[in-house]
Amino acid sequence: MIVPLIHVLILAGILFIMGLLCVLVWRSNLIMILIGIEIMLNAAMLVFVGGAGQWGGADGQVFALIIMALTSAEVSLALALVVYLHRRRKTVNTDEFSDLKG
Amino acid sequence: MEATIFYMLAAVAVIATAFAITEKHAVHAIVYLVTSFFSLAVIFYLLGAPLVAVFEVIIYAGAIMVLFLFVIMMLDLGHPEKAKRPGRLEWLPAAVLGAVILGSILVLVTAHHPALPAGVSFGIRDFSLLLFGNYGIAVEVISMQLLFALVGALYLGRR
Repeated sequence: MIVPLIHVLILAGILFIMGLLCVLVWRSNLIMILIGIEIMLNAAMLVFVGGAGQWGGADGQVFALIIMALTSAEVSLALALVVYLHRRRKTVNTDEFSDLKG
Repeated sequence: MEATIFYMLAAVAVIATAFAITEKHAVHAIVYLVTSFFSLAVIFYLLGAPLVAVFEVIIYAGAIMVLFLFVIMMLDLGHPEKAKRPGRLEWLPAAVLGAVILGSILVLVTAHHPALPAGVSFGIRDFSLLLFGNYGIAVEVISMQLLFALVGALYLGRR
């Protein structure tokens, strides 16, 4: 391990908080919400890889790989939803989608 | 030497992410995010995970971000003058919440230092054995999930 695990955890924490801020601040823009989720998942992957490097097992890397596959599935579905919503209302502003039946 | 590279890359990742989340233009935000992911990939390599680093570049920076760019360009969302930028009134409460959460994380992380055992190194061979041996079920589940995502995206995308 080249750096203490604490520094890796602090970096992951900062990145996670940035993703959370992105979701909180840009909550009226679907694309930016998805970008924030990406940043948060990357921070989680960094924690897994850092733990694998610290304790010497490959389990953390396997979980990082599984998170990556999960993210690609999630993004493909979410972007298909964005395209679907844009086709209905011609916008990606979440405030426009406030009614249940439209 | 490697520690210095780690801190530099960490700074690059944090700054690029900060630019990405404050950028008004969605395409510019994606490009900043690709920069951040590249530096994270090198960090993964430095932490002893070359396979994860390679997949980070191929899947995240290569596939997912290009998918974002593709959707942004297909829906013609790249007009920053039309987008509503969040004002200071929206940044302030989010920044306060984020500072509280980050402070609690830092306190929890730095509070106790357990004596960590030194790990043994491993290669791609051990990684593959573990992935397809112990976690074979997880690979099956994740492949089913990708199939379901494909079917769902096809269903949502049809006219």
